[in-house]
Amino acid sequence: MKAAPDSKPVLSVRGAQKHFGAVHALKDVSLDAYRGEVLALLGDNGAGKSTLIKCVSGVHALDEGEILLDGEPADISGPAGARRAGIETVYQDLALFDNLTPAQNFYCGREIAFPSWLPRGMRLLDKRKMDAEAARVIDRLKVRLPKFDAPVALMSGGQRQAIAVARSTVFARKVVILDEPTAALGLREARKVLDLIIQLRAEGNAVILITHNMEHVVELADRAVVLRQGRKVGELKPNRANQQELVSLIVGAEA
Amino acid sequence: MVGAQDPEASHPVQTGPVPRRQWSPVSAGLQLLSIGPVLILILLVVIFGAITPSFLKPINIGNILAQIAVIAVVAMGQHLVILTRGIDLSVGSNLALATVVGGLVFHVTDNALPVTLAMLISGALVGAVNGAVYVFGRLPHPFIVTLATLSICRGLALELAPNHTTMRGMPDFIQQVGGESYFTIPNLVIIPNSFFVVVGVALLMLLMAKAMVWGRWIYAVGGKPEAAVQMGIPVRAVLISTYVISGLCVGIGAVLTAGRTAAASPLNGNLLELDTIAAVIIGGASFLGGRGHIGHALVGAVMIGVIRNALNLLNVDVFFQMIAIGAIIVVAVEADVLRNFLEGRARVLQAARTQ
Repeated sequence: MKAAPDSKPVLSVRGAQKHFGAVHALKDVSLDAYRGEVLALLGDNGAGKSTLIKCVSGVHALDEGEILLDGEPADISGPAGARRAGIETVYQDLALFDNLTPAQNFYCGREIAFPSWLPRGMRLLDKRKMDAEAARVIDRLKVRLPKFDAPVALMSGGQRQAIAVARSTVFARKVVILDEPTAALGLREARKVLDLIIQLRAEGNAVILITHNMEHVVELADRAVVLRQGRKVGELKPNRANQQELVSLIVGAEA
Repeated sequence: MVGAQDPEASHPVQTGPVPRRQWSPVSAGLQLLSIGPVLILILLVVIFGAITPSFLKPINIGNILAQIAVIAVVAMGQHLVILTRGIDLSVGSNLALATVVGGLVFHVTDNALPVTLAMLISGALVGAVNGAVYVFGRLPHPFIVTLATLSICRGLALELAPNHTTMRGMPDFIQQVGGESYFTIPNLVIIPNSFFVVVGVALLMLLMAKAMVWGRWIYAVGGKPEAAVQMGIPVRAVLISTYVISGLCVGIGAVLTAGRTAAASPLNGNLLELDTIAAVIIGGASFLGGRGHIGHALVGAVMIGVIRNALNLLNVDVFFQMIAIGAIIVVAVEADVLRNFLEGRARVLQAARTQ
């Protein structure tokens, strides 16, 4: 039950260049992400995946090139700017607050509060609304939590990952970027997160997935972009037949 | 680390219904830890009440309340700082400086308002310096800067006080707030006026910490500072604000101290930093930041007051009081460590239970 990808990309990166001192981390990289599609971003360590993701999510600025959202140049200055533009990123460390509940985590930094004439920090939290909204999202994504009002510290790795992914969907209007979401998980918990990604795609998000797990790429990804040494070296539709080809692209060992 | 093993490995995939959450020693232990300080306090009151007849007399309970008012107010400020993984070592000498500043203003005018304001502003200013140097000086931890202001404030207080000694006198209103009691619940307690100041500060703190966005940000910064930055929370402003509020609480504590003693002394607030940090930790807040609430600071302050008072009544040497409170601090910190360990176990159990 895949949603048909739109014909126009929601996110386009055009001719991205990035240097860190003498290191040329991104060399003229371009890619498109479409709604209702999982785009796998592949590459060995140091290939430029993280740099590219950090540029899209506002952590780094591109030296050259542009980032378009729905065809318009996007103002992505800083992580907060990227988030306002509709790009949500789930980092590997999840950026969860262990001492807060899932609902509090969902809205941290973007609390629903009143009255609006007060400065943001002085407003009173609308806890009921935030709890209800968070519960709705958790329910919709079929995430199972032991206790909704317990701090995140008490939850398993998979549940924490699910909470971080679910949080990204509360505000994501365009793109969700997932950085190795299954890296630290056991089999069953990883399965749950994969189901969540399928759900995100079905809801019409453009999902960019970074992973080293070829099984997951073949199963989930509608397209795969391979980076090597800062350059885009391939783009194809992953399936069982070309899995080996993908791996050779990643490690740079074309026969 | 037995608990770190992958629980998936040993369990076959379950196909049946999700098992219900059941009672477990881990969650029971966590619950016991969360109410532990209150239980210990009740136990102490019962024991002391049984062995010292005068302990539960209304006048003595009033005494305890008056004795702990300053520790309680300053501990509430300290608690906010500790929530953000910080520490404020300067509160004691900051309090001395604030009373001296108030005493100097009293020499000019005997109006209570400017004297009170002088103490509050003096305290808050020192807090602002602590916060600003910590944040903008990019210090790894506030320990050093508040250690520096601890020394600077004591020196300033001694330097500013005429003849480097106590100045007698305070406006009537401040003496009434800090030192007198107008209300009595018969056969139970004589309530010192300072108690109402403690209640007022506690209510304001509660409003800020639990109902306001700013309070949520304080918890977030304490929970994971890097994530707070990623989530767009103004981390620097939040950090500075906690030191300013701590300093403001010191100013309030200075008013109570000056009122109670009807004097301003550069020697006030000796070792107040230890008492307040101890109160926060004994009360059950985490020294690692992010965990705790106003109740912890208050319970801890009451516990310190109860122990001191009862051991006084029992004619136990003051040195043993210090030893007793030190021992309780160790127990409290170990309880915090145990809580973190149990939470780790709870996580593993969760993973095992995930269907």
